[in-house]
Amino acid sequence: MKLGPVTQFLMNDRAGKYLLSILLAVAVLVPLMNLTVPEGSALHVSTYTLTLLGKYLCYALLALAVDLIWGYCGILSLGHGAFFALGGYAMGMYLMRQIGERGVYGNPLLPDFMVFLNWQELPWYWSGFNNFFFAMVMVALVPGFLAFVFGWLAFRSRVTGVYLSIITQALTYALMLAFFRNDMGFGGNNGLTDFKDLLGFNLQSDSTRAVLFFSSAVALMLGYILCRSIVLSKLGRILISVRDAEARTRFLGYRVDKFKLFVFVVSSVLAGIAGALYVPQVGIINPGEFSPINSIEIIIWVAVGGRGTLYGAIVGAVLVNYAKTYFTAAFPELWLFFLGALFVISTLYLPRGVVGLAADLLEKRRSLGAGGGASVQAEPETPVESPQAAVADDSKSSKESEIELSTN
Amino acid sequence: MRMSSVWLTRLLHVTAVIFILTVNTLLFARNVMAAVPDSELLTPLAELKSANFSKKEQVVTDLSNLDDDRVIPILSGMLEGDLYYSKNAADVFVVLSSIESGYQAFNVMTAESTPDISKRDYKKISVNNSLRRLLRETLASLQLRSSNLDTRIEAARAMMKSDDEGNIKPLRQALQKEQNETVLHLLAVSEAMLVARHGESQERVAAIGKLKGELYPEVRSLLAGFLIQRNGEFQEPDADVRQAAADVLESIEDLVAFNKGIENVYFGISLGAVLLLAAVGLSITFGVMGVINMAHGEMIMLGAYTTYVIQQLMPNYIDYSLFVAIPAAFLVSGAVGVVIERGVIRHLYGRPLETLLATFGISLILQQAVRTIFSPLNQSVTTPAWMSGSLEINGALSLTYNRLYIILFSLVVLFTLALLLRKTLFGLQMRAVTQNRRMASSMGIRTGWLDALTFGLGSGIAGIAGVALSQLTNVGPNLGQAYIIDSFMVVVFGGVGNLVGTFVGAMSLGIANKLMEPFAGAVLAKILVLVVIILFIQKYPRGLFALKGRAAED
Repeated sequence: MKLGPVTQFLMNDRAGKYLLSILLAVAVLVPLMNLTVPEGSALHVSTYTLTLLGKYLCYALLALAVDLIWGYCGILSLGHGAFFALGGYAMGMYLMRQIGERGVYGNPLLPDFMVFLNWQELPWYWSGFNNFFFAMVMVALVPGFLAFVFGWLAFRSRVTGVYLSIITQALTYALMLAFFRNDMGFGGNNGLTDFKDLLGFNLQSDSTRAVLFFSSAVALMLGYILCRSIVLSKLGRILISVRDAEARTRFLGYRVDKFKLFVFVVSSVLAGIAGALYVPQVGIINPGEFSPINSIEIIIWVAVGGRGTLYGAIVGAVLVNYAKTYFTAAFPELWLFFLGALFVISTLYLPRGVVGLAADLLEKRRSLGAGGGASVQAEPETPVESPQAAVADDSKSSKESEIELSTN
Repeated sequence: MRMSSVWLTRLLHVTAVIFILTVNTLLFARNVMAAVPDSELLTPLAELKSANFSKKEQVVTDLSNLDDDRVIPILSGMLEGDLYYSKNAADVFVVLSSIESGYQAFNVMTAESTPDISKRDYKKISVNNSLRRLLRETLASLQLRSSNLDTRIEAARAMMKSDDEGNIKPLRQALQKEQNETVLHLLAVSEAMLVARHGESQERVAAIGKLKGELYPEVRSLLAGFLIQRNGEFQEPDADVRQAAADVLESIEDLVAFNKGIENVYFGISLGAVLLLAAVGLSITFGVMGVINMAHGEMIMLGAYTTYVIQQLMPNYIDYSLFVAIPAAFLVSGAVGVVIERGVIRHLYGRPLETLLATFGISLILQQAVRTIFSPLNQSVTTPAWMSGSLEINGALSLTYNRLYIILFSLVVLFTLALLLRKTLFGLQMRAVTQNRRMASSMGIRTGWLDALTFGLGSGIAGIAGVALSQLTNVGPNLGQAYIIDSFMVVVFGGVGNLVGTFVGAMSLGIANKLMEPFAGAVLAKILVLVVIILFIQKYPRGLFALKGRAAED
């Protein structure tokens, strides 16, 4: 967790180096191509594309958060969309307060929906959200606190596997039902929308959007570096051993629940930040973000990209969301067929996702080129994937270990 | 305690009514009233043609003493001023009623209706006020004396709505002759109500006292009527009456609240039955195979759509459609289940999280398929006649038949399934595989084949659940999704692979949900139940009835 490993892994992590370089290039070039290149030029990036890419970057950060717990600690959360949405709501509340008198009803204190519901004063939990820094703290604190309470209860009593998945799903489902209620004070069905500006900058202007895009890219890079340093640290090794043989790790004297809780909270905070960056770019947050299917879609981004690699999650999030944008515009009927097929195919035939597939192909080519004997050399691209690095586990009872063994 | 004993009495009454009604229907042929020769009716009827009212009163009394079914339509027609006699033919008496194209004549002697007659050919038998009163009393007592039990119950029930002091006499006469308990009770209530309205002060207080524990809405509105204030003054001048009414009303309201509680429990049980149907298949597939089937909700949806298709195929036999739909839905969903198992799940055994994701993908495909084939809109499924309506327990409590049937149905399904698991070779092999897959395989059980069948069975039961659900909710592509999370909660709560656990889980969830609804609202109740389950899982991570021993750690 010290900064030492960061510089160290940048030396070893080839994929990470490529990824960070690409992200940096995108973070700088795309806003420039939007702002300075004149419209009509082949190099011009429209504001629509910029916003769309910004959305993908937020999704990628969310996918990264899920990969951190699922890929490295075996926690399949079907409720991560809840943390994303909570972060988004915290941001949305700040943006709502910034509207001020420019709302339809012109009330300086109350957001429109509260005036509409005949509320007289701001509920206590809305106070403070007119302050940007308070709101930003809440973006991390609210999802983190929920994850802490939930995780503390769940991991302490050793709720694992599908049971955990199902109750995380129930969690986000319950939150969705709750946020749909008008008297919760979060705008009910319609959620929060009609935002005007952020820190005084107009949200509709191209430059604000470019800055938001840049921030999302930077957040993603920092998120990657954070996750990467976690998984490379000793803590990360323990997480992997928890994933592969939870009982054995416990018997070795590690407090498994504490490790899980730590990584779960970190992941939920990352998800919250992703949500907070997402909301000003798309301009709305509503209870639909809590719906269980959203959370499960995140899982498929990670699965398609390649679980347990971090950069795979980013690749997967961008790929699947690009496909979604394309399909829902071109063949709206076919999108769910495609998504469903993705689930089935990626679990059946792509247990390591597209980056795993790419790595296999690369390895095959290299071993053919080198005359077979050199294949061992190609392996440690992702050290965590190798059975030597993980705490070796020969117990057949651990399903997780079977995946690892069968895919390597 | 007293409250419940009164309720128990009501329940016994109702049971008696149901029993008697059934017997009554069976013996319907014997209940047709003996008819007298036509001449005995015609002689007094001819006298009605004269204008003398006192003579008419005599005729009405004579007629009412005849033992003949035709008397009631004659007198009720006369009361309404619709009784006419033909100017052209002797011995033709009709009740005229207006229809779209003019007038229709109902011949009181032959019970034949002739449409489109000319009103000019007939002359009206006029009545005056005192005759009307006599007619009303006579009719009331005639109906109360009818040999048909249904007519008597109906008449006694109708008496509760009457405000006519003149009805007291026929009621008292009927009370003396009546043998049937139910009718006696209804008559006594009606009589007390009338006395409470029209009697002397002491009589009224006594009569109100008799109304204690009666849940009929008429009784409640009568008593509430005594307590109405207008401009600060009571409408009812007598303070004793007001006091008695207030006391009795309070005890009745308590009873009503109690009955509302019962009704909520009933709704809870019926929701529990639905959850049970939805979750029992899931519990089997997960218990035996360790497969979390996220497409289970879509199996339910397929069952509901099968019901829809079957009804489209046999539009003239809606009453029987469900009996065709149940096996059809079982086969359709079961077959789809077997295909999914052989095609996808088979390759993912031992990897529950991957199975979860793959089956979720399948659920998306099935939903979209249904949207493409049918439409994204809800389809309407007709409820057969025998499932609509409700069973009236008392004035404040009635149980709808569709929910009653679904409760029974879910129990039948559960029982059948338990038999299948306990008493058949298939069940034996299934349990063997649950307990020790490798050992079972070594003993010659074809585990692969059994997996497919088991998954088919679980899916087929989900299809049956869909048939039941199609009678309660809208049939649409999202039907399954609405129940999948609840089903999982039931399974997780009750413990996997355990029929008793699933039953207890489903019933507790259903009842808890419905009991919380009145004061928390439907959505909040659901959230509370989810939160309670999330907390419950912390304490019992393997559910209420967890598998113990070696099987537990798999």
